[in-house]
Order: sequence, then C-alpha cells, then structure tokens
Amino acid sequence: MTRATRWLYGWLLLLPAAALLALFTHYPAAATAWRSFFSTPKGARPATYVGVDNYAQLVEDPIFWQALSNNLWYAAGTIPLSIALALLMAAWVNGKLAGRGLVRLAYFTPTILPMIAVANIWLFFYTPEYGLLEKIGGALGLPAHNWLGSKSTALGCLMAVAIWKEAGFFMIFYLAALQQISPYLAEAAAIEGASRWYFFRRVTFPLLMPTTLFVLVNAVINAFRLVDHIVVMTRGGPDNATALLLYYIYEIGFRFWDTAYAAALTMVLLTVLALVALGQFWFLDRKVHYQ
Amino acid sequence: MSAAVYRATGVARGLETVGAWILGALWILPLAYAFWTAFHPGEFSTRFALDAPLTLANFVKAWHAAPFARYFINTVILCAMILVAQLALCTLAAYAFARFEFPGRGILFALVLVQLMVTPDVLIVENYRTMSVLGLRDTILAIGLPYMASAFGIFLLRQTFKTVPKELDEAARIEGCSPLQVLWKVYVPLAKPVYLAYALVSVSYHWNNFLWPLIITNSVEARPLTVGLQVFSATDQGIDWSIITAATLLTTAPLLIAFLLFQRQFVQSFMRAGIK
Repeated sequence: MTRATRWLYGWLLLLPAAALLALFTHYPAAATAWRSFFSTPKGARPATYVGVDNYAQLVEDPIFWQALSNNLWYAAGTIPLSIALALLMAAWVNGKLAGRGLVRLAYFTPTILPMIAVANIWLFFYTPEYGLLEKIGGALGLPAHNWLGSKSTALGCLMAVAIWKEAGFFMIFYLAALQQISPYLAEAAAIEGASRWYFFRRVTFPLLMPTTLFVLVNAVINAFRLVDHIVVMTRGGPDNATALLLYYIYEIGFRFWDTAYAAALTMVLLTVLALVALGQFWFLDRKVHYQ
Repeated sequence: MSAAVYRATGVARGLETVGAWILGALWILPLAYAFWTAFHPGEFSTRFALDAPLTLANFVKAWHAAPFARYFINTVILCAMILVAQLALCTLAAYAFARFEFPGRGILFALVLVQLMVTPDVLIVENYRTMSVLGLRDTILAIGLPYMASAFGIFLLRQTFKTVPKELDEAARIEGCSPLQVLWKVYVPLAKPVYLAYALVSVSYHWNNFLWPLIITNSVEARPLTVGLQVFSATDQGIDWSIITAATLLTTAPLLIAFLLFQRQFVQSFMRAGIK
C-alpha cells in the first residue's frame, strides 16, 4: 500500500463514527454555545442576538444557584462515600470471607438495575405512613417524618439512592485492581514489621491510585449526569431542594421550552465537565500512575 | 489487605464477616422488599406476616394495565440496533486508530475522547432540535442515534487491537488479504472477549437509559420500558404499590435473570471494560 492509500483507508474507516460523533456531540456542544447568545424564538418571532442576556438572567436566577449548590452538595456527599464504600466492599470480597459469592452478588446487583426502577422501589421506602422507613421509625417510637417531602431530608434521600446504586459498580474496579497486586509485597512488608493499617496506607492505597482516579472521574460525571431518580422521586421539589443542574436544564428546556436559557445553563454544565477533564490531566501529570 | 499475611484473624475477622454481611443485607434489602410486595396481595405490602399468601395477581394486573409487551419489543429493538451499530462503527474506527497512520490522527482521537466527558445525556436540548429537523422525533432510531458512535467502544477496541502482534497482520497481508479482510479474520476473532464485555455493558446501559428516551418519545410505539414504567407508575396507578413494584420487577426481569445466570461473565465484563 502506498502512503496515500493508507491515509485514505484510515480516514474512510473513521468516517462513519466520526460523522455521527460530529453530529451528536461536537455540533450540539458548539450550537449550545452559539445559541446561548440568542433569544428563544417564539411563534413568528425568530431568535435575535441578545449578547450575554441569558447569562445575566442566570446570575440573577436564585433557582439556578440553588440547583448548582444542590449539585455540589450532592457530589460532595455521594462521591467520597460511594468510593470509600466501594473500597471497603472490594477489600472484604477480596479476602477469604464466608459466603463471599453471595455478598458480592448483593453489592453488585444495584448496578444492573435501571435507576428508574430502583427509584420506584426507594420511593416506596420513603413514602409517608406506609413506607418502610416510617414503619421502622414508628416501631422505634420516632415521630412521623415525610422524608421526601421536607426540604431538610429530600436531597439526602436521593444521595442515599445514588450511593447505593454506585458503590457496587465502583467495587468491581477496585476488586480487579486488588487482584493484580503482588502478594510478595505484603510478605515483604510483614517481614519489615509493617502493621496492617500501615501496609494499606503506604502500599495498597497508593497502588490503587490509578483506579481511584478512574472511579473518581466516573463518579463526578455521574453526579452531574444522572437525574433519572429525581424525575421519579421528587421532580426537583420540595421547593427546588432536590433540583440538580441537569434536571433544571430539563425543566427549562422541556417544560418551559425556553431553549436559549437552557443553552446558557448547559454551558455551565459543560464547563463543569471540562474542569473535570482538565483536573484529570493535571492529576495524571503529577504521576498518579505507578505502572 | 490483598495477601494472606494481612488477613484479619480472630475477633477482627469475625467482625469483618459480620460487617460484610450486614452491608450485603442492606444492599439487597430494597430488592427483597420489592419482591415481597410484588408477590403478596396489596394488604400485605407493608405488613410482614409469615403466613401471607403468595400471588401472581399483581403481575397479571400490571401486565394488562399498560402495553408492556410493546415496550419490551421496543427496548429489545433499541438495544439490538444500538449494539449492532456500535460494534460495526467502533470496530472500523478503532482499527483506523490502532493500525493506520494518517494526518490528523492525534487530534481526531482527542475529539473522539471528548464524548467520554460530554455524553449525549447532557446535550438533550440541542439533540432534540436536531432530531426534529431530521424528522425523527418519537422514533426508536432517534433514541439510539446519539449513542451509536461510542467513544468508550472505540477506545476499548483500539487498546485491544494494539495488543495484536503485527506479525499476524503482516502474515495475513502476504496471503493476499485486504485491510478489511485482515480486520475480519485476524483482529475481530482475537478481540472476542472484549466484544462480549462491551456488549454486556452496552445492553445494560441502554436497557436502563431513561432521560433521553423520555424526552424524545411520546407514543407507545416508540417508548422503551423505562419510560413506559415511569408513565405507568406516575399516572395510571395512584399509589397501588403492589402493582407498581410488580411492574418494576417485570421490566427489570430479563436483565436480572441474565445477570443471575451469567454473574461471572457480567462481573468480569464490567471489570475488563474498566481496566483498559
């Protein structure tokens, strides 16, 4: 094959995937940025250039700020907890545990269930009067509480669902990584007199760093991308206490049909994701990799 | 914690086992609860009695209360369509990135990886507009299209193809194979486990996907199970939990049964997909 043929082959092989990616990822991202500077077309009135009006509206919009802060709290609550639980689960399941297979099955099952189905079940859990949580609370003599209906607990309830759903998924990656660590390391450390905790802190955990980074990036993306349970459980309520960024975009875009403002909101979400990507590269640069 | 010398002993070991089991019980509790409610008459949905009679009536009622058969067919078509397209497109693209030199390769690969971060799930407003322009709104094709070129699939297969020895490739070429024949006869067979892993991850993702299908469909003919379930539980049933949980289990049953049967493959597939 000549060089030109090889080039042509490369481009042609790539063409179908590249065309679809361009149409449904790159173009919409660029179009979102473009449209965030225009007004929403209404009836016969076409979109007109409005400069940064949509962003000005965003700065003044208390619901946007609440959705953003909700989302940051949601991320701060779900990410560390689900990762820590995942690591704990992996360590347990990797050891010689009685009934290991069953326990692993229990941890992993939420991963393959649809969030929407899971949310239905948890909704029942949290239901006032009938719900399991209320029954347990009642049996313990606690006062009745509307878990999803009160502003102080609703977001926490959604976070519990997310942690429950994701920990088992992340466990799998830790399990794979743990199984690749050489047993000789532990033997050597034991000869040197290192304690169990010391060994974990100074050997196992650093060796798991690439996995932790991978899981962390996935957890962050999921915290901003997965809002299925909100649609089922709270619809952003009560009083926007559980509105996350993407859910708010969905409401603005598809309930109020204000596509220009939705574009400006989407730009915020894209910025968050870009920051995550940059953070990942910065982290990788600092040689998290031990391989 | 990974090796025998650092395994817990005595009391610590007992505590760890108990802890692992309690966490496991906690993790399976919602599902167990759903099973209890779905298989017992309504009045037992929040009352736990050992003598509660078992029944399938909730499933029968749920099945007849909404066009679940249609939703099942839609979901199967959707998952199959996406998977076939993904396998074809990602294989070709991964082959190009792994084994061909061409100008712009680095930049194009970076552009592909953008989709790992900016998934179609966050571009719903613009993609909805595109589908309207294309006249595809409320079709199964529209649900699947944004996902067919998958950065994750391209990346995964590229990594795999790169591990194929070049000698095999060259030997096949000397035999007179064209590049596409080499791909089909050398690379694809060697990547079979990766294909299986990718297929399982893809099907479970799209079986479960919700927000985009919710937005882009509005008729029974196009709706997948997840959206059908939501429409059903949000409007039709009020708060008849036994029927809602029965419908919930019904919609997840194929995946759940497949998972229980092929647990090892599932777990290994997710692992394989994550390590690369």
